[in-house]
Order: sequence, then structure tokens, then C-alpha cells
Amino acid sequence: MSVLDFLIPPSEASRRNGPHDVIVLSSRVRLARNLRTVPFPSHSKKADRMKAFEALMPVVRSLPLMGPDAFSESMDKLPALEKQILVERHLISREHAAKNAGSGLVFNREESVCVMVNEEDHLRMQALRPGLQLRQAWMTIDSVDSALQERVEFAFAERYGFLTACPTNLGTGIRVSAMLHLPGLVLAEQINQIIQAVNKLGLAVRGLYGEGTEALGNIFQVSNQMTLGESENDIVERINKVLLQIIEHEQNARHAQLEKKPAVLLNHIGRAYGILGNAWSISSKEAMNLLSFMRLGVDLGLFRDMPKSQVDELFLRSQPAHLQLAHPLRDKLASDERDLFRAEMLRQSTSSFPRPDPSLIRPPGGPTEGPAAA
Amino acid sequence: MLCQFCKVKEATVHVTEIADNKVKKVDACAACAKEKNYNDPTAFALADHLLGLGASQKMEEASEAVGAVSCDQCGYTQADFKKSGRLGCARCYEVFSEGLDSVLKTMHKDVRHRGKVPAALQKVLKSSQLLNRLTKELQDAIQREDFETAARLRDEIKAAKAVA
Ligand SMILES: [Zn+2]
Ligand SMILES: [Zn+2]
Repeated sequence: MSVLDFLIPPSEASRRNGPHDVIVLSSRVRLARNLRTVPFPSHSKKADRMKAFEALMPVVRSLPLMGPDAFSESMDKLPALEKQILVERHLISREHAAKNAGSGLVFNREESVCVMVNEEDHLRMQALRPGLQLRQAWMTIDSVDSALQERVEFAFAERYGFLTACPTNLGTGIRVSAMLHLPGLVLAEQINQIIQAVNKLGLAVRGLYGEGTEALGNIFQVSNQMTLGESENDIVERINKVLLQIIEHEQNARHAQLEKKPAVLLNHIGRAYGILGNAWSISSKEAMNLLSFMRLGVDLGLFRDMPKSQVDELFLRSQPAHLQLAHPLRDKLASDERDLFRAEMLRQSTSSFPRPDPSLIRPPGGPTEGPAAA
Repeated sequence: MLCQFCKVKEATVHVTEIADNKVKKVDACAACAKEKNYNDPTAFALADHLLGLGASQKMEEASEAVGAVSCDQCGYTQADFKKSGRLGCARCYEVFSEGLDSVLKTMHKDVRHRGKVPAALQKVLKSSQLLNRLTKELQDAIQREDFETAARLRDEIKAAKAVA
């Protein structure tokens, strides 16, 4: 079965919601693990990689949390476009998309547990959740790890903890991260201060697709850098606390903009609405930035009866691979033609959106905040 | 920029090192860099980028400490470690352990693991910790000539050993 038939469609995927999902788009906890007796994948010979692959794939696939119908495939069986789709869904890393025979991927129906086999380490396993749910994500991946430990022996030293290919992941092997939408802090020009403060706490801030990527659409990823010398719980709690503070700052920034410079805010949102509905060529970067303002408009109640999932769906469908997939030419679509096609898709999709109405504005942090605001 | 050592030639080697918790920048010409052992900075650019400021310097020290050692399980050498900033296998962590702590200090909160321990190992670790504690208590008891306690501790140690 193609991974395309397996993946949750964008319209459905964007309807998932969780606590604080006005600002926190998603939470993720990743663990790195290696087999004790086989060299790490980056350095090992093909035979060693195959050994790890063959030992791990069936064990991972049979995890209770994967359910009876998990997606499980060797990376060489996936066409480039499908791998790119998986990157855009944040199910695999860009590094893993470049892998072929000897590397694999297993994830469950809900796309909440995803395991990369032979990325930089033998196992990179992650739990994903909508909104701010770091504790739940940690509990999920902790149980996956414990279940695996009953079947395979991981490289572990009493002193150094779980051993990883790169010493930056040593110890807990944990990477706790959340994806945040922070247009208020960007508009208020407070984002650099926040980033610096967060950096000082030993946390990294990155763009949408991780290391070295731009913060498109005012979306930022916050994650821990240190993995050794602190327990998993302490790391999760520390980031959780920092995120709650960032949420508060973002809400305050939105409040202040609304009070002091409502015209600036309405201008950005109104222009985004106008361009998305009338442009004939839009780059992925421009689309992301315009959709960010649309989402802010929805958060502020400017669009009557419009759920934010409608904007989130367009975020996903504007990504290069998702767009190519929807076009009859698929990967033969040139990038300038892609911009035309993107504009067409956005024109059509936003034609049913209500016009922004300033009389509907509600202050940020209102009753829609919190879990299950379906 | 002139070389900070000879102050004659152009500085072409720029190294950032951390000493006594202070970040120190070194700008030297090729000749002075070689003399002062700041050679081959490009090999470390990647490591600095990946592992943070100062890691490469520490790594160089670490790899110098182990000399020409290579890992007997995966064949990884100090040059590989130097170049990639990564290790080859679990055994590498023992082979290259000398000097590793100073590398880890530049990137982590501490150099001791405080997180999850595999369930299978937990039992072993617990009993070895218990044995250590009992042994110490036994020595204390003998020291203060409390032979009643010493006898009890000796039996507890025997029992703990039987479990482990
Ligand atoms: Zn000089
Ligand atoms: Zn090795």
C-alpha cells in the first residue's frame, strides 16, 4: 500500500486539537536508541545496517501501540515525492528522507507514534500530539521504549546512560520540542528578546523544519539541547514551564497590538485575505506568511464561524510536495508553475471564507483557549 | 588582523577555546598556530557547529589523550571522531573515554546520566548500590567494635550477594 493511501488527509489532520492549540501547534518527544552489539548506522557497513534493520523492523511493527495496521516500509520503497510529503507532515526528518535500503519507517494509523530505523541512530522514535501535550507525549514514548527493551538490548552505560552516535544526544537521548505560532511577538518585535531568553535557558529555537531552517509563517520550534545530567521528567517539566511563559507573552503581545495598533493588525490580516483571494502566483514562503495572518485573524474571531482547521489545512496543502501531489504532473511540476498552481489552490479555497469583520474581534486568551474546543 | 603571537604575519587561524570558564579567541598565523598547537582548525569547524563552542578544542585534547587508539569493535579511529564529532559504536565510549568528560561538559548539564535506566539493569544497579552501602556500614561497625551490628550486616551482605 502506498503511504499516500495511509496518511490522514489534510482536512482531517488539521482538525486534531489539543490544549493551548491557538499558540502551540504540536508537541513532540523523540528518543534516540541503539543496539548494544551493532555499530551505529552512520559508520557501519551495509551488512551491519541490514542486521539492525532486520532485527528492529518486526519488533517495532509488533509494538502494541502500533496497532494491527501500522504503516511499515523500507526507505528505498518510497518515491522521493512521498518521502517529502512525510517530511512536511513532520513524520520523518530531512536526513531520513535521504535514506534508502537498510533504513525503515514505522508509524501508526493515528500518526501519533512514529519510529525511524537507521537514521543517525538505530532508532529514532517519536510521539506526536496536537497542542501542548509534552507530558502525554513523553509518557507515550517512554512506554514504547520500555516495551522495546523487553525484546532488544540497547547500548547503555551506567555512567553515560543511553549511548548515541552523536555525544550531543547522549544519556536520555531525549529531544522534547513544540511548534509555536507567534505572530504577536513577531509584530511587536519582541521575538528576538524571547529567543535570546529561551537560549539562555539552554533551549534551542529553530524554524519550521528544524535545524538551519527559516521561521516561515511565524512558526518556531523550541527544544532542549542538553540530554545528559538531567532526568527526562525534569527536561519535560522545564520546557513545559518555558512554553507556558511564551504563551503568556504571545497573548500579551496580541493584546497590546490590538489595543495600541489595531489598524496595523487589521491591515495585515485584511491584506492577507485580499492577496490569498486574488493572487495568481504565490511562493511557499509568501503563502506561509499570509496564512499566518489568516490564522491570527481566526484566533481573534475576525472571520465569522470559521474554525482554524480551515487555515491549518491550507498551511499543509501549500507545502511544495503536498502541492505537487495534487497536480497531474506531480514531481515534473516546475517551481514557477508550482507558484501558479499554489495561487490557484489558495484562490479557490479562500473564496468560501467570510470577509474579515472588525466588529467581531474578541481579545486573545478568551474562552476558546484550552482542550477540546472542537 | 595580525597574528597575536608574532604580530607580524596575517592571522589565518582563528580558534575559540574555553579555558577556566572563559571564552578565549585565538587569532594566529599558520606558523605560530602550528608552533602553539592550534593546527588544523578546519577539521573542527564541523564539530564546533554541531556540538557548540569549544567542543572541538576539547575534542582535540581528548583525541590527543588517546593517541593512535582505534575501536576494537568498529574500527573507528581518533581521526574519525575528530572529523565527524560522532562515535562509531557503543564500545567507542569505553575506548575513547579518556578526555570524553571534558567534551561532554561543553555540551551538557552534567557528565553523569540521571535519567531512565533499563529495567533489566535497575535490579543489578540497585543490588550493587545496596552492597556498597552495607559494606561501608560493616566497616564502620567493625571500626567502632559494634560486633553485634557487624554480624547482622555480614548476613545481609551474604543475602544481597545471593540475589545479585
Ligand atoms: Zn604569528
Ligand atoms: Zn567503536
